[in-house]
Amino acid sequence: MQIDRRLISHFDWTLFFLVLIMVGIGITTIYSANYNLATGHAGALPMRQLTWLGLGLVAMFVAISFDYHYIDRLAYPFYGLMLLLLILVVIVGHSGGGSQRWINLGFFRLQPSEPAKLAIVLIMAKYFQADEPANGYYLRNLLMPFAMVAPLIFLTLIQPDLGTAIILGIVFMSMVLMGGLRLRSFSYLVAAGLALLPVAWQFLKLYQRNRILTFLDPDRDPLGAGYHVIQSQIAVGSGRLFGKGWLHGTQNRLNFLPEQHTDFIFAVFSEEWGFVGCAVLLLLFVIMVAYCLRVVQRAKDRFGALLVFGMLSIIFWHVAINISMVTGLMPVVGVPLPMVSYGGSALASMMFAIGVIINVSMRRYVF
Amino acid sequence: MTVLQINKQDGAPEIRRRANFLYGLLAIVFIGLVARLVHLQLVQGERYTFLSENNRVRLKRVAGTRGMIYDRHGELLVDSRPSFDLIFVPEDSKEPEQTLRVLASRLGRDADELLQTYADSKSRSAFDEIVLGRDIEWAAVVAVETHQLDLPGVSLRIRPRRNYVDGQTTAHILGYMGEINDRQLKNYKEQGYLLGDEIGQSGVERRWEEVLRGQHGGQQVEVDALGRRVRVLHQVSDVPGYTVHLTLDRQMQQTAFEALKGKEGTIVAIDVNSGAILALASTPAFDPNVFARGIKGNEWNALITDRLRPLSNRATQGQFPPGSTFKIVMFIAGLEEGAVDPNAQISDPGFFHFGNRNFRDWKQGGHGAVNLHYSLVISCDTYYYQLGNKLGVDKIAKWARAFGLGEKTGIALDDERGGMIPDSAWKLKRYRQPWYPGETLSVAIGQGYVTVTPLQMANMMAAVANGGKLYRPRLVSKVESLDGSNVREFAPELIRTIEMKPDTLARVHNALADVVKGGTGGMARSPLIEVAGKTGTAQVVEMKGGYVKSEQLSRFTRDHAWFVSYAPVQSPQVAIAVLVEHGGHGGEAAAPMAKKVYEKFIELQKQAADNQHVQTEGANRAD
Repeated sequence: MQIDRRLISHFDWTLFFLVLIMVGIGITTIYSANYNLATGHAGALPMRQLTWLGLGLVAMFVAISFDYHYIDRLAYPFYGLMLLLLILVVIVGHSGGGSQRWINLGFFRLQPSEPAKLAIVLIMAKYFQADEPANGYYLRNLLMPFAMVAPLIFLTLIQPDLGTAIILGIVFMSMVLMGGLRLRSFSYLVAAGLALLPVAWQFLKLYQRNRILTFLDPDRDPLGAGYHVIQSQIAVGSGRLFGKGWLHGTQNRLNFLPEQHTDFIFAVFSEEWGFVGCAVLLLLFVIMVAYCLRVVQRAKDRFGALLVFGMLSIIFWHVAINISMVTGLMPVVGVPLPMVSYGGSALASMMFAIGVIINVSMRRYVF
Repeated sequence: MTVLQINKQDGAPEIRRRANFLYGLLAIVFIGLVARLVHLQLVQGERYTFLSENNRVRLKRVAGTRGMIYDRHGELLVDSRPSFDLIFVPEDSKEPEQTLRVLASRLGRDADELLQTYADSKSRSAFDEIVLGRDIEWAAVVAVETHQLDLPGVSLRIRPRRNYVDGQTTAHILGYMGEINDRQLKNYKEQGYLLGDEIGQSGVERRWEEVLRGQHGGQQVEVDALGRRVRVLHQVSDVPGYTVHLTLDRQMQQTAFEALKGKEGTIVAIDVNSGAILALASTPAFDPNVFARGIKGNEWNALITDRLRPLSNRATQGQFPPGSTFKIVMFIAGLEEGAVDPNAQISDPGFFHFGNRNFRDWKQGGHGAVNLHYSLVISCDTYYYQLGNKLGVDKIAKWARAFGLGEKTGIALDDERGGMIPDSAWKLKRYRQPWYPGETLSVAIGQGYVTVTPLQMANMMAAVANGGKLYRPRLVSKVESLDGSNVREFAPELIRTIEMKPDTLARVHNALADVVKGGTGGMARSPLIEVAGKTGTAQVVEMKGGYVKSEQLSRFTRDHAWFVSYAPVQSPQVAIAVLVEHGGHGGEAAAPMAKKVYEKFIELQKQAADNQHVQTEGANRAD
């Protein structure tokens, strides 16, 4: 395949650098979260995240290298592969923290629920790419996409990975709304969803129920989840205006912050960089999302617009849920902060998503 | 690239329109999150900074009080009493070394020792507690309390400590507690165990860990800069563990342990009609209370390097050749398989010539004319060499296994061993060699490859006594919550019924009674209770050359002494197996011990009957 010169000149440097800055913030914070005052070392994780960045860049350039219209053909095979991997996780997966989420590939422990998020965007964009009906889609039009997405959500839920399952559901709903579901149909859907909540409750593991109950009533489990929420808030709050400075956070040293380099990385960051740092990081995310919304609006066709929207909705919901969780606005559901949290599967998936967005962005001029 | 027909050159107007709303949504979410950060970091920042200094919000865990263990009559065997641990959090002290020196002088302890403990724990996380002493004495508690202000970072933690009422006597049944190790921590993490927690390491404490343990409680507390509690933010009360009721009879256990004192051996007493363990003593023993207060390195080393292996439970883990006690199996197998005419007599010259070798009887010169009954009473080896030769090893193995020999009984204690009942298939597999008929002769008198555990022998005697019902030895009768609201009872469990002709049973019962009345087991005879049993003397080293008296051998090469039995002869109630390691003759070393336990049993039964009588009388008077 030869690469059009015009494509290179339209390469989206803005998005590219935004991603690099965020991953950089992530690695420095991972370093601090694992820094041992006594030994002066931070262990292997920062270096490993740097490796995952390399892997992510490869994923990104793969996502950029071909015309995004090929995704139309790739969507179903990719979806099939994800379904297979998620089933495989249930059968041979490795467990960590009480749930089974990984497949060991030797050099890499793949967490298939991360790329599964991408699969939902791909199949939904494919399904909704045709012009929408005059009055919008009806519920019956959703049967087919729902039948495809439901197994992914179910398989994630039984791992159990509540956070990812929620993300999958929300991304699905976002795509449905953007694709053009009638508002009335949407309200039916919401009503049905609320009615199904008690059923879903039955599927949750005890510790997941406890987390939700703990959120609703923090006094319920003051020695477990409630304690983590409090320590996380103390970490964020004690950062005050300017923070305690890099490597000078104290809360994370105490090993109270659960998963301090993954889901709770924002707590470590806020303690050390304070309100100013948090505002800057949040602003970077807002710029990124707003910029991607621009790409949605300027995409040259519906398929491209839906692809970009789907990818940006993944990023948006991750950020919103993760920061709400760390600051005590939401129950603790394991959702990483995109680009910043430690984790190879998540980082590679996110960078692939950015790659797709850049792909659509740089091909908007190509006719 | 012309294949793709989906291109629509005017973009997506509906999506463009909807995206406009999303800028608004994005702004709202952004503002919401920033507002939260303003609240946490700017409005409440001072408060949270204060809480983060010195780790002001801490978790104090309180271990759930471990369940108690009772014997069959409700007599207490183990409980937990409060004890004080001395705790130090160096981060709460500006000068930790200085604080420790002050502490040492207040307690009259060696400062270097405390400083060393502190130095050894450098790799812990910040604000983790260092335990300076477990179960410290009352004077030290008072000293720490009164000098709190001079001792920043030093505190006391109340911890329930295990108290084993009978110490060594019940050591092997109850087991001991110890700090959770890395492997256990990995397995039990999900259940909420943390580093430094105690967990049952053997015996009932280990097997019943789950029910005994209870649930941790704790407090989320705010402390001041010196680590002292300012207020309790949240509290969860602990849940005490369940009470475990054993089938054990505490007094019989004491008698058994006393009888064994000074010897290495074991006594197992089983209720013939249910498989309930009444006594299970093993010597030498250890004191579980030493573990409860925190065992020291040298004490532990002394225990595990002791040649007499005090930690091992000889009743379930000791595998010994059964010696002549195995003749009971031979006796039954011979009759059931029709390999022997009970009335026929053989003449015993003192040896059995087989192959090109003479298999010796234990009695030089032989026993003369011997029939089946008499062969068991006087334990004639020659008779059983012949019988074994006739039966063959596979039939012997079949009957030995029917009585549960060579397989784990499945008693609810960990690390039980199975012993070994050999047969021809086993030897082919294990040594790739055929079975030699000569080897059968060793098996016939309970030597050679045969090994059993004393628990198996006691259980076998119970089955012989009750007519063939082999029960699973049962140690726990009931588990219940402290308030009695939740109860689980354990009924007797029948492993199998061994089919035997009434004639066989009558003959073996008769012979076993005569062993005590006028045979090798005479020293078990008691005026209080009629005992039936069989002695055994298991060779540890092969006798070469001439006859050597056991007393002439050195301590660790001397024979093991066995006595397996049941009583009373009419309507049996208790079966007892006694093994004395290197004790010499079974009839001399082991049989008198069984007698003591039987007499205790009768005495207790009488007492109970008297009490019953007094109560009934009282009730009658009331009428």
